[in-house]
Amino acid sequence: MNLEKEIKVGTGVPKAITKKTKIRSLHRKEAIAGYIFALPAILGLLLWTIGPMIASLIMSFTNWKIIGASEWVGFQNYVNIFTNDIYFKKSLWVTFYFAFGSTLFTLLSALIVALLMNMNVKGQSVFRTMYYLPVIVPAVASNILWLWLFNPDFGLLNTILDFLGLPTLMWIYDESTAIPSLILLSIWSCGGTALIFLAGLQDVPKQLLEAVDIDGGNVWHKFRYVTIPTITPVIFFNLIMGLIGSFQAFTQAYVMTEGGPNNATFFYVYLIFREAFLQNNMGYASALAWILFIIIALFTLFIFRSSKDWVHYGGAK
Amino acid sequence: MKAKTIKKNIALIILIIGALISFIPFFWLIRSSLMTNVEIFEFPPKLLPEDFIWSNYTEIFSIINFGLYVKNTLYILIPCLIGTVFTSCLCGYAFARLRFPGRNIWFGAIIATMMLPPAVTLIPTFMMWSKLGGINTYWPLVFPSFFGGGGFFIFLMRQFFLNIPKELDESALIDGASYFQIFTKILLPLVKPAMLVIGFFTFTNVWNDFFGPLIYLNDESKFTLALGLLQLKGSYSSDWNLMMAAAAVMVIPAVLIFFIGQRYFIEGISLTGIKG
Repeated sequence: MNLEKEIKVGTGVPKAITKKTKIRSLHRKEAIAGYIFALPAILGLLLWTIGPMIASLIMSFTNWKIIGASEWVGFQNYVNIFTNDIYFKKSLWVTFYFAFGSTLFTLLSALIVALLMNMNVKGQSVFRTMYYLPVIVPAVASNILWLWLFNPDFGLLNTILDFLGLPTLMWIYDESTAIPSLILLSIWSCGGTALIFLAGLQDVPKQLLEAVDIDGGNVWHKFRYVTIPTITPVIFFNLIMGLIGSFQAFTQAYVMTEGGPNNATFFYVYLIFREAFLQNNMGYASALAWILFIIIALFTLFIFRSSKDWVHYGGAK
Repeated sequence: MKAKTIKKNIALIILIIGALISFIPFFWLIRSSLMTNVEIFEFPPKLLPEDFIWSNYTEIFSIINFGLYVKNTLYILIPCLIGTVFTSCLCGYAFARLRFPGRNIWFGAIIATMMLPPAVTLIPTFMMWSKLGGINTYWPLVFPSFFGGGGFFIFLMRQFFLNIPKELDESALIDGASYFQIFTKILLPLVKPAMLVIGFFTFTNVWNDFFGPLIYLNDESKFTLALGLLQLKGSYSSDWNLMMAAAAVMVIPAVLIFFIGQRYFIEGISLTGIKG
C-alpha cells in the first residue's frame, strides 16, 4: 500500500513539473521574443530620450562649450537665468502668450469646424481635405508664404482689409500684433485638430441625443449635456498636445521674425537655439531646456490632475 | 424636417466660407509664383498675372542648386521610410501581442516621450553626434528612425495589431510556427494599411523637417529643400515671385502625396484621439 502510494506520487510529481516547466519555458520564449521585437523601441527610449535627458541635466550644471574644457559650476547657470538673463523673462512671457492664445483659438475653431462637418452636410470628405490641406504644408514654406501675406504694403491681408474699407495693420512687424498674427497662422492649420474632434464626435451616442429631443431639450442642451461630456477625452488630448506643441514654437521666430519686433516673438526655444548654436553655451542652454521641461511637465501634470473633474471616460465602450 | 434642412444649409455655407478662406493662401502662393518681379509689387494688387511666367520655376533651379536639394531630401527620406515602417511594425507587434516582464512600463514610458519637449534632448544628442563625427552627414537625420519611429507611430501600430483577431496567431502558434514566422507570414500582410499610414506620415515629417537639417547640415551641397528655401530667402529676399515658386515646389509634392494617401492620413489622425 505504502509503496504503491509512493510510486504513484513519485510518477505524478515529475509529470506535473514537466508540464509546468513546459509552460514556463513557453512563457520565457514569449518573453524573449517580446524583448527582441520591442528592442528598437526600448533602445530608442534609452538612447534618444533617457540618456540625453540625464546628460542634459548634468550639462546644465557645467559651463560646457563645444570646444575647450568644461567646469562644474553648480547652480550658477540657473541663478544667471533667473537674475541676469534679459531675454529669459521676455521669452517666457511671449511663449506663454502664444501657447495659450494659439491653443485656445485653434481648439475653438477646430471644434466649430468639426461640429459643422458632423451635421452630415454634403461633401464632408471634400471639406475634410480642404481643412486639412494647410496642415500638410511644410513649416518653412508656410512661413515664407505667410510672410508674403503679412507684407504690410503688398500683402494679401492688407489688400483685403483695404478693400473692405478697414484700417490696415502692420501684422508681424508691430510689437502688439506680432503674436496675434502668428496665432492667426496657427488657426489656418487647425484642420488636424478638427479631424481628431470629428472622430470623437462620431462616437457621440445617437440614443442620448434622441433622448434629449424626447425630453424637449434644444440644440444647446444636446451640445452641453451630451456632446461635450462625450468628447471631453478628445478635448483633453487636443489641449495637452496643443499646449506642448506651441510651447515649442521656433520656426516662426527663425524664419519670419528673427524674434522681433523688439523681441515680441522671442520664443523660448528660439532663445535655447541661440544660446546653444550661435553662442555655443551648451551648459547654459541645457539649463534653459530643463526649465522648459519642468514648466511643461507642471502644466501637463496640472491638466492631468484637473482632468478627473471634467474628463468623462465612457464606461459603455 | 424643414428646420433641419435650413440648419444644414447654414452649416454648409459656413463651411464653404471657411474652406475658401483656408484655400486663399494657396491661391495667392501659385498666383504670386507666376508673376514677374514688377507685377508682384503693383498697387492695387492684381488677382491674376497678365502672363503666366512659368520660367520662375526653372529659374529657381538655376540660381540655387534646388535640384540637388530635392535629391538630398529624397536621399534622407528613403532610409527613414524603411527604418520607421519596419521597426514600428516590430515594436507594435511586441507591445500588442507578446507578454514580457515590464511590457506596460516600457510602453508607458515610450508613450510619455510624446509629451517630452525635444529641446531637452537636443543638446546632448547634438554633442554626441559631434563627438561621433556625425555633423554635416545624414546620420543624425536618418539613424534615429530605426528605433520604432517614436511614441506616436508605436502607439498607432499597436492599435492596428490589437484590432487583428488573436485566434489567428494563437492557432499558428499551436501549429508550431515561431513568433518570427507569425509576424512575417500572418500579421505583416494584415497591417499593410497601417504601414501605409506610417509611411505617409513619415514622408511628411521628413519632407517638412527643418530643425534637424538646420542644426546638423552646414555644407550647401548637403542641404535639404527646407534649407534651400531658407537660403533663397536669405539671398533673394525681395524676389517674392521666386520665393513663392520655390515654396510651391516644396508644397506641391506634399499636397500630391496627401491626395494619394488621403484615406490613410485620415485613418491615422482619427485613431489618434479616440484612445489618446
